[in-house]
Amino acid sequence: MIASPNFMPALPEMFLGGCAMLLLLIGAYSGDRAARVVSWLAVAALAATLALVLYVPYTAGLTRQVSLFGMFVTDGLGYFAKTLVILGSALSLVISMRFNAREGLARCEFPVLVLIATAGMMMMIAANDLIALYLGLELQSLALYVLASFARDSVRSTEAGLKYFVLGAVASGMLLYGASLVYGFAGTTNFDSLSKLFADSDAPGIGLITGIVFIAVGLAFKISAVPFHMWTPDVYEGSPTPVTAFFSVAPKTAALVLFVRVMVEPFGGLLAEWRQIIWAIAVASMLLGAIAAINQKNIKRLMAYSSIGHVGYALIGLAAGSAAGVRGILIYMAIYLFMNIGTFAVILCMRRQGKLVEGIDDLAGLSRTHPGLALALAIFMFSMAGIPPLAGFFAKLYIFLAAIDAGLYALAVIGVVTSVVGAFYYLRIVKLMYFDEPKGAFDRPFGGEVQAVMLVAALVIMFFFVWPNPLVNGADAVAAALFAG
Amino acid sequence: MAHLPLLSITTFLPLVGALAILLLRGGEEETARIARWIALWISLATFAVSVEVWAAFDPGRADFQLIEKADWLPDFNIGYRMGIDGISLFFVLLSTFLTPICVVSSWLAVTRRVREYMIAFLVLETLMVGMFCALDLIVFYMFFEGVLIPMFLIIGVWGGPRRVYAAFKFFLFTLLGSVLMLLAILAIYFATGTTDITEALAYNFPPNLQIWLWLAFFASFAVKVPMWPVHTWLPDAHVEAPTAGSVILAGVLLKMGGYGFIRFSLPMFPDASATFAPMVYTLSVVAIIYTSLVALAQQDMKKLIAYSSVAHMGFVTIGIFTVTPEGLQGAMIQMLSHGVVSAALFLCVGVVYDRLHTREIARYGGLVNNMPRYALAFMIFMLASVGLPGTSGFVGEFLSLIGAYQVNTWVAFLATTGLILGAAYMLYLYRRVVFGTITKDDVRAMLDLSPREVLIFAPMIAVVLWMGIYPSSFLRPMQPSLANLIERVQVSERAHGALAER
Repeated sequence: MIASPNFMPALPEMFLGGCAMLLLLIGAYSGDRAARVVSWLAVAALAATLALVLYVPYTAGLTRQVSLFGMFVTDGLGYFAKTLVILGSALSLVISMRFNAREGLARCEFPVLVLIATAGMMMMIAANDLIALYLGLELQSLALYVLASFARDSVRSTEAGLKYFVLGAVASGMLLYGASLVYGFAGTTNFDSLSKLFADSDAPGIGLITGIVFIAVGLAFKISAVPFHMWTPDVYEGSPTPVTAFFSVAPKTAALVLFVRVMVEPFGGLLAEWRQIIWAIAVASMLLGAIAAINQKNIKRLMAYSSIGHVGYALIGLAAGSAAGVRGILIYMAIYLFMNIGTFAVILCMRRQGKLVEGIDDLAGLSRTHPGLALALAIFMFSMAGIPPLAGFFAKLYIFLAAIDAGLYALAVIGVVTSVVGAFYYLRIVKLMYFDEPKGAFDRPFGGEVQAVMLVAALVIMFFFVWPNPLVNGADAVAAALFAG
Repeated sequence: MAHLPLLSITTFLPLVGALAILLLRGGEEETARIARWIALWISLATFAVSVEVWAAFDPGRADFQLIEKADWLPDFNIGYRMGIDGISLFFVLLSTFLTPICVVSSWLAVTRRVREYMIAFLVLETLMVGMFCALDLIVFYMFFEGVLIPMFLIIGVWGGPRRVYAAFKFFLFTLLGSVLMLLAILAIYFATGTTDITEALAYNFPPNLQIWLWLAFFASFAVKVPMWPVHTWLPDAHVEAPTAGSVILAGVLLKMGGYGFIRFSLPMFPDASATFAPMVYTLSVVAIIYTSLVALAQQDMKKLIAYSSVAHMGFVTIGIFTVTPEGLQGAMIQMLSHGVVSAALFLCVGVVYDRLHTREIARYGGLVNNMPRYALAFMIFMLASVGLPGTSGFVGEFLSLIGAYQVNTWVAFLATTGLILGAAYMLYLYRRVVFGTITKDDVRAMLDLSPREVLIFAPMIAVVLWMGIYPSSFLRPMQPSLANLIERVQVSERAHGALAER
């Protein structure tokens, strides 16, 4: 008889899943009137989950623990990434409520789907096996497909959901195919066994390499890296804005961390092979993110291309393949989370005569009509462009630090040059807000929690430089632990 | 003995003022009035503190003084480190000297969004002063590049008709240069294990690494100086910027490039500097002659002075890369002099622009008849720009040319032709604007300098004459630091000379 496995490490995930079920029941019995209550309960559930996640490292430190028959791993990287994902989900939920209420989207399923997706992301992050990876990824993705088409009366939203689903399914298929190839040639799907295998043999067969390439393709799709980015602009544009905000922070962080884990842990011995792939998609993402965004007219589309560019920068850290690189990625994603949530909080407030507006031109003269919004958005834009002393500068700094350390000079130079090109379109938004004449005021922006999120994000981005140590040291410890083995 | 952190106070006092203005509440008129006064008093107080810095500075020492250190990113050996030597001292003073002048000069000229305007200038002052005091490469870089944000807004919000184009050009040109420098800073960090400037200055980089690092720093500073052919952002930025924006741009921001060359390029990469010196001479000589000729053909007063700035900065870069005592001292004085003189010339343009709202030279003429005080002030600055003995411009150009002559007679000869051309375009400008008879009624109606404007020009005239008649008060504090720098370059050259012989 098999001994009962130790479920304790997976407690946060199970707790979150249970909360999702419970909230679904509440929602089913009390109807959409309770949407706001359910949303706040979901935020509370996320907060409790965060406490559960952080309890272990707080009491026992960053020890790596594998459980559930080698399927599930808890380590520093996982704690860090789960914290980011939960924060991203909670903040997205917080800014979604008033928007959904006004757009007639206030339904109880929304927070429940966010919770399920978050649980999936946490499982992805904790995966120690290709099967577990796939389970987490699909749990997340299925919830996200539904969220993308949540505005079911809107053609664009439905289109976004469908597109996301079809292309996402293709990517999942690729990933699964790659996983099966790896299993066929290596005889195992467990990350630890794979890691040992590649550490011992120096010449992997062509079949294994093909498998890894397919896995990388599937993951590159999930983080919307070029050339697997095609879905991103349409999905970002079509989905309801809070959903876009959610997409741009939580799943992206989770998938990127998963990418890091898969490449560094099981396939860490093959750095020289997969580095070429990462190098190429990093360059392509940075270039496309910088150039394609220049002519965008829709702010959500622009943010889609911007996110593609940012993924490119983060991938530089992965290409470095070192602890410094992973540290850079983690710092990058943490700062990116605040920049993006803040930006989307501003975008949520873009509304004229009760109608949503999404054109970049609609921001014209914002500094005259809504100085607070304009200042916040200007801070986020300068930060995204990487201008010191804003937080975005530090995000890029640590990435380039890793690139120089790893000797990836060409990648670093391409990175800084594309960041100058990218600065152009961020500046364009500042220009519209500050240099141009107003086109007419927006409706009164959402007060309350939306404004609070905006304010917190702006303060974090603005004053990060005063006390960067907690984040930097945390990321440093986590990355070092990952490479210590 | 524990002393006050004078440099931090100088750096961050303006930021406190900016914060105070940001928190103002009330009607537009009311806040504008209070914002102006806060900005004025804060910038004057900052200037007073910086004078105290000068007083506390020991002119006999070559190393960094008034050092302040605080942990910031201890795990990376990156820290908040501040300190000044004879090279940076006067740039700090220049920044704090010009800011109150900017505030006063925009007292009436700026009527739109006064609050934001004053905030932008105070933030700019913090960044400029911080940059000159920074003794850590990352801190330096943050101040260096942070300057772009307020300047971008100043040009773009309060600028002329083509302000958007000019603001973008300014921002993207300088950003492209400085991001390459960031990579070089990171490479230095990995070579030395620290971003402490004092340690980096003492470190001997291998020659082939020096080449790349020098080029990366050059990309940044050459755009800032600006050197031909990357100077094209400057005329646009100057023409579109509001008067006070031009003052800071010409007065301080251009000096960031020259300061960078002296502070970093020469002592850290002496071999590469020697290798590339001929290239710098060539570019500088081209800049001097070409931009002088271009200046001769200008119809717009601001554009003419902008091109003259490029030419004057050409003398600076020549002087720096001669690595002779005369050349370096000349470059330093030339930068300080240009900082005051070109700033004053832009203010002169601003004075007539405020009255007639055009900068077209042909629209003026005969101003000496109805604006005698203006004509006098303009003449002094014009002659200082030309380099008349007794003014600050003479000292700078003369010393730079002596330095150039010791290194290469051809460079000195060609650069001297720039002096003649400089006299030509400045005198020609002066004749067209000030002399002759008044033919237009609106010009005849222009009023002479108001007491406020006299108040702006008086200290600047005093400084120009002081620097021209008794330059020692400025030269003495910088000499030990410069001598130290020259010795470091020569030691390195001898070392590599010995290596080559073996």
